[in-house]
Amino acid sequence: MSTIILETSGLSKAFSGFTAVDRVDLRIETGTIHALIGPNGAGKTTCFNLLTKFLQPSAGRILFQGEDITRLKPADVARRGMVRSFQISAVFGQLSTLENVRIALQRDRGGSFDFWRSSDSLTRYDDRARALLTDVGLETFADTPAAELSYGRKRALEIATTLALDPPLLLLDEPTAGMAEPDVARIVTLIRRLRTGRTILMVEHNLSVVSGLSDRITVLTRGRVLAEGPYETVSKDPAVITAYLGTDHA
Amino acid sequence: MLGFSRTQSVALAVLVLVVIAAPFLLYPIVVMQVMCYAIFAMGTNLLMGSVGLLSLGQAAYFGLGGYVAGYLVQSVGLTPELGIIAGGAAGALLGTGFGWLAIRRQDIYFAMVTLALAQIVYFAAVQATGFTGGENGIQGIARGDLFGHLPLKSDHAMYVVVAVIFLAGVVFVHRIVNSPFGQVVKAVRDNEPRMISLGYRTDAYKGMIFVLAALFAGVAGATKAMVMGIVTLSDVGATTSGLVVLMVLLGGIGTIFGPIVGAAIVVAMQYYLAPFGAWVIVIQGAIFMVCVLVFRRGIIGEVAFRLRTPL
Ligand SMILES: Nc1ncnc2c1ncn2[C@@H]1O[C@H](COP(=O)(O)OP(=O)(O)O)[C@@H](O)[C@H]1O
Ligand SMILES: [Mg+2]
Repeated sequence: MSTIILETSGLSKAFSGFTAVDRVDLRIETGTIHALIGPNGAGKTTCFNLLTKFLQPSAGRILFQGEDITRLKPADVARRGMVRSFQISAVFGQLSTLENVRIALQRDRGGSFDFWRSSDSLTRYDDRARALLTDVGLETFADTPAAELSYGRKRALEIATTLALDPPLLLLDEPTAGMAEPDVARIVTLIRRLRTGRTILMVEHNLSVVSGLSDRITVLTRGRVLAEGPYETVSKDPAVITAYLGTDHA
Repeated sequence: MLGFSRTQSVALAVLVLVVIAAPFLLYPIVVMQVMCYAIFAMGTNLLMGSVGLLSLGQAAYFGLGGYVAGYLVQSVGLTPELGIIAGGAAGALLGTGFGWLAIRRQDIYFAMVTLALAQIVYFAAVQATGFTGGENGIQGIARGDLFGHLPLKSDHAMYVVVAVIFLAGVVFVHRIVNSPFGQVVKAVRDNEPRMISLGYRTDAYKGMIFVLAALFAGVAGATKAMVMGIVTLSDVGATTSGLVVLMVLLGGIGTIFGPIVGAAIVVAMQYYLAPFGAWVIVIQGAIFMVCVLVFRRGIIGEVAFRLRTPL
């Protein structure tokens, strides 16, 4: 029997009366790629914020690897192994590309509170950081300030940084949004490669990406789960089709 | 050298030469004052420059450091170096408590909380006359003998002590910024939510910077108490908190050498403008406005920008 890595029950978030996420029950199986899709404003990013505790749920429970994490702080959720990316690319623009990856690697030192030590002591992470940069095709940009990278490369750097933590559960919020076709293809290959040994929950608008990658899909509209299942079943669901065509005024 | 870049090493060498030559050209007491304020400003710049937090209450730690050192040396009879260490420790300790309260707030709310907490310290200093001397302050503090053996009565002897503390402070600030801790702090400044998502408890890092800034303030206040032999309410007041922010902005926020230049300018202005009495504040304000308009990066910040190198 398959195990469940992440489970929510009745997960809800209300913003001053407006319910952005409404009693969502999710079950993510270990080792799968699970896509969360839905029209703009459906509540997908809010869901991610709830799962990673960047927002406190108004109601409901979150179980990660069998443990209740509903009351944890966001940094502690990340430390348990659920790491997210952001919809807007999130790199450290002031740091070099190599330092971006290293900042994630250096977390395994425990706290980095040693203000008396030279940062030369961080060079022992350089080899591993370079290997991760090579993985995402950024090896030649190691010394470039991250702010100067192209958009597609920033997203690749973000994934490399996330992978440095080697998290069992990866949450990707629109990893291909705003990318040109060759970049999209590169990210898809990357995601396919990095799925081994981990679970991925991703928000994605590009349906060809979703169909090619994901094992299961959850469709969200107006904060509610509209449908759930494998791509073939869900894509033929009349309710999903109407929601995507935008004719549903119920 | 010591991890300083080439340009920074040159700047450091120039600084050392200036520190050596200055007491022969200027009043040693004025230069010592500049160095004390520079230590204070370097600490404040850690907060402003590396985590982007504007504290309007740094005088609380500066004044407390001064009072603790003054009291322990004058009334308990401790040696001056122990007084300075105790002053720094007192600043850091107060910074730990206040930092814990303030660090959760952002931007203007952070500034308001630091200001309010510092006002509490100010009023406590007014009331606790047994410790602070109230309106009179602690006066006539004898410098005593360093380590119980080396008399610091002469300004030149004291100057060497202050210079050593000051230069150690410069090296220490540079090290903080260029440590594994400094890397994390820089990344937090750059993108805090992303650091949280990577599992960093960012408040703890900001709190640590707050404590270090308070430590510098405490050492600076204590050293100044030893130099001047007097600690007054103005050392713990809001004007002093404002002046140190001014020094950082004038010199260049987020630079190693900027706060030193800022401190020199502000102290010099106070001496040369003294004949103008109450106009000092107005003239200072005007100079400040011109500087902010012309050099938005501060003086050293502007030079560093032109040379495309950190200073
Ligand atoms: N912090 C917030 N305060 C108020 N409303 C919000 C907040 N965050 C999101 N919303 C609202 O919640 C809804 C869902 O937003 P979001 O989760 O970003 O949608 P999606 O990612 O599916 O496009 C939107 O209507 C949005 O305006
Ligand atoms: Mg979104």
